[in-house]
Amino acid sequence: MIEVLTGSTLNTIQDFGRAHAMTLGVARGGAMDRLALACGNILLGNAPDAAGIEIVFFPFRVRFHTATTFAVTGAECPATLDGQALPKDWATTAQPGQVLALQAPAQGARCYLALGGGIDVPPVLGARATDLKGGFGGLDGRALRKGDRLACVPALASPLPHSGYGLSRRCPLPSSDGTTVRVLPAAEYDVFTTAAQTLFHGQAWRLTPSANRMGYRLEGETTLALTRPLNLFSHGIVPGTVQVPPAGQPIIQMTDANTCGGYPKIATVIEPDLRLLAQTPVGTFIRFIAITREEAVDAIRAETRAVQVLARDVARLRTSLTA
Amino acid sequence: MIRISMAGAGALLLDAANGAFSDATQQRIWATARLMGAQPSVIQAVPGVNNLLVTFDVNDIDPPVVERTLLETWDRTTPETTPSRDIEIPVTYGGDFGEDLALVSHFAGLSIDQTIALHTSGRYSVAAIGAMPGFAYLTGLDPRLAIPRRDTPRLKVEQGAVCIGGGHAGVMPCTSPSGWHILGRTDLALFDAFRSEPCLLRLGDTVRFVRVP
Repeated sequence: MIEVLTGSTLNTIQDFGRAHAMTLGVARGGAMDRLALACGNILLGNAPDAAGIEIVFFPFRVRFHTATTFAVTGAECPATLDGQALPKDWATTAQPGQVLALQAPAQGARCYLALGGGIDVPPVLGARATDLKGGFGGLDGRALRKGDRLACVPALASPLPHSGYGLSRRCPLPSSDGTTVRVLPAAEYDVFTTAAQTLFHGQAWRLTPSANRMGYRLEGETTLALTRPLNLFSHGIVPGTVQVPPAGQPIIQMTDANTCGGYPKIATVIEPDLRLLAQTPVGTFIRFIAITREEAVDAIRAETRAVQVLARDVARLRTSLTA
Repeated sequence: MIRISMAGAGALLLDAANGAFSDATQQRIWATARLMGAQPSVIQAVPGVNNLLVTFDVNDIDPPVVERTLLETWDRTTPETTPSRDIEIPVTYGGDFGEDLALVSHFAGLSIDQTIALHTSGRYSVAAIGAMPGFAYLTGLDPRLAIPRRDTPRLKVEQGAVCIGGGHAGVMPCTSPSGWHILGRTDLALFDAFRSEPCLLRLGDTVRFVRVP
């Protein structure tokens, strides 16, 4: 059992979301940086997609009311347990009464708190993720408030090393001036002018303050133009879709985006790079690099393997600790 | 003629639109969606308006294989009517609940009452569900009411708002931004995540709007 000590309208319970509810008009949702949540869960012996807390608003503090294993991953946030600094990407055990405090990130934007067993809220439409727009999932479909108490799914007691342990290889975070993400061309790519196609890949796009779990509005020096006006019927879109409304400045649809849209689409950011967007702070720059579908498939499969290898290595380590 | 495009590595968009909206094309979209949704590696087949998005797990299957299956499935599919139910949606028109009614009447060159009569006389069909939880794209709007969307979307349109936009009719299932024009409101809940069937409307349902005080 943990108690949230700091409220905000942005910190939410998330897992891997609802990929199977799109036909209901429900966004996939889930952690914006899935790899970070997965790594935290794996360190604790949880399933990679167990529910944790996505923290976007700092400082964030929780009090543990029972002995609980936990891991902090994602953005590089100064983290302390009862004032004692914790290493980055670290898992350890908190005793009853101890307070975990996370400060604003020095690098990255979103931090994840995973808890042994995973947070126990009722699954809705197959997931525990909070859907703020639909008002369901997580804790009553809303962000976490001061005073909220959260229980964990009972987990098999399996010890962590006395002072904890962490990831030896960290998940990459954007540098101070921004990030480069890999994209595939989308349906209307060829309807953009040659100049627009060149600009899209050549120009740095500033992330404006209109950036949240639904979408990221970008701003570039020169806008993107079509060779002819398009009037598209509404169609399904996936997280990572880069739309270009008539004003010519792109919008990246993120995990809580509407499941259908009607604006022309120039590209789609590949799945493994969505987490880099999730960790990109407002005001820094995003660049788009074109890759092939084969390269995208390789990148996705490589990430899947990396997560499987981490899970295997952690399981071995934990077995050796018990032995 | 159809076009298939990439929506990232793990999704394909089949676009069968050819000028104006086609009911026959939409019925073929539903049939293709039903068959593709049953494929083992497919996560979802999501009908849009004369188009279909298919998502799949590239850890299990190569995208070109899904692309071939999608094309073959489309080619052998014929328009399929789905079982249709008749759903009535009670609407309070105008006033505080329908702030764009006057604007739409002006656009259509009709009186307020004529505009409402035109909206209630339509038999609408649920072509697709998406955008928001339980939002239905209703086709069958009288062309005189086909007012373009607002240039700038409203940041907040209330749940239950009965609206029109881009040649379609719809009802807001939750409070959300929208660029559609608001004619009135209904108390009917279009979506409830805790119902065994969360969406009130199913693909192919016939919808009528009924004026209530």
